[in-house]
Amino acid sequence: MMQHLLSVDDLGGRAGIESMLDLTDSFLEVMQRDIPKVPALRGKTVVSLFYEDSTRTRLSFETAAKRLSADTMTFSVSNSSVNKGESLLDTVQTIDAMGVDAIVVRHAAAGAPHRVASWSSARVINAGDGCHEHPTQALLDAFTLRRHRGPSLDGCRIAIVGDVRHSRVARSNVKAFHALGCELTLVGPPTLMPERLDGWPVAVTSDLDHVLPDVDVVYLLRIQRERLGQALFPTLREYAARWGLSAERAARCKPDTLVMHPGPMNRGIEISGEVADSTRSLVTEQVGNGVAVRMAVLWALLGSGGPIV
Amino acid sequence: MSPQQAGENDAENDARESRSREVAGAVSGSGADGAGAVLRTHVFDAADLRRALTRVAHEIVERNHGADDVVLVGLYTRGVALAGRLASAIASFEAVEPALGALDVAFYRDDIGLRPVAPLGPTEVPDVSGKVVVLVDDVLFTGRTARAALDALLELGRPRAVQLAVLVDRGHRELPLRADYVGKNLPTRSSEDVRVRIAEVDGDDGVDLWGVPEREDQPR
Repeated sequence: MMQHLLSVDDLGGRAGIESMLDLTDSFLEVMQRDIPKVPALRGKTVVSLFYEDSTRTRLSFETAAKRLSADTMTFSVSNSSVNKGESLLDTVQTIDAMGVDAIVVRHAAAGAPHRVASWSSARVINAGDGCHEHPTQALLDAFTLRRHRGPSLDGCRIAIVGDVRHSRVARSNVKAFHALGCELTLVGPPTLMPERLDGWPVAVTSDLDHVLPDVDVVYLLRIQRERLGQALFPTLREYAARWGLSAERAARCKPDTLVMHPGPMNRGIEISGEVADSTRSLVTEQVGNGVAVRMAVLWALLGSGGPIV
Repeated sequence: MSPQQAGENDAENDARESRSREVAGAVSGSGADGAGAVLRTHVFDAADLRRALTRVAHEIVERNHGADDVVLVGLYTRGVALAGRLASAIASFEAVEPALGALDVAFYRDDIGLRPVAPLGPTEVPDVSGKVVVLVDDVLFTGRTARAALDALLELGRPRAVQLAVLVDRGHRELPLRADYVGKNLPTRSSEDVRVRIAEVDGDDGVDLWGVPEREDQPR
């Protein structure tokens, strides 16, 4: 049984991912009720430990926990003792001493959630660590896509476009989509590709226009403006001209090609407002499904499996 | 993880429903599902089961003066199939076919964390406000599933009344609940195992009583 969700690898391959998506169906149904709440995790406490800014992921986890009747606590760096110099270890030990059942961690350093897991007796969920992984994003993307292209995603062709190098979303999504049988192409300027792609089950190109007519899904990554100073590409305008999904580019896709984005979107840069609001776009659905996916993950870690050993 | 958690098939999970829950939850190894369980009695064959359901269908209609406001809500997995059978039976002698629903109680159980619990199917219940809801399950044992079902149902609306129909009442209640309609009252030992088969789920119809050798039995 899964102890922590630190990486897509913890889900147990295709079968594990698919059963988590099946479980998510149950919670999506719960969310559509007049009273979208079940007593499944009564008495459990879930802490969000966020060392990085986040709107949708933190709210999504907290909503998920509340809809399972768990108690939630939020720890954000801006109003905590971290500002007095408290270390991650001390913070985790403090939280652990309060007797919590799960800790949802976001941190700028890759591997931070793994350290938290080694220090705490609680179940740990990685909500994004540096440029490493973001497994619940991969689950919600797979779930959203499966609702449109499922039940099987075998042979589904997906282009992941943009700053793959700094994207934890890309790393987790490549693993999950590949496990589910999708064919993946990474698209972007060479400066935004990882230095080594040994062992990645992907094709790589810098020519977006070449791949667009063939793909079933265009998955756009956020351009991280904070990296502009690193001169990885000349200007936002030039990026948008070559790799942004404009309405004209989208028109060259197949009529049923879908557009996904993990948010927050930079409208006019990696995606035009027109495309973001078009019927191709699954962006708002991705956010809605995020709550159901996180309910499934919390249930799988805290509810379904019998006594915690 | 999920091979254990959601990978349990319905039959396996449901078998656990109808077996000794205190045994399954607390003490391992002494349940009738364990090694050495033997068939004790054929309780129902397919014809017995059909007759019992036909009688229960008539009782439901008689008690509620018709079936106009009746909603049959089955509990996963076999209760859903039984609710469908009851609806067809009622339709065969009344002018109306009662509305049907299916209820999953996993997230309302009181043994979450004590044993593996997985949802068994999607909850699909029509509007129950002002209606008479008959909850339908295969075996009534400790009453804990029925308790969870009441909580789950009452969050979906406010029925005028809730009644309980079961194919087999095997006794050993742990909560102050009783069934309104019973296909068969079956005295059992708590270590025994009532195994219900419904064609929609198991391929054929029948009810059997299984048990482990005498020395394992707990006196009641």
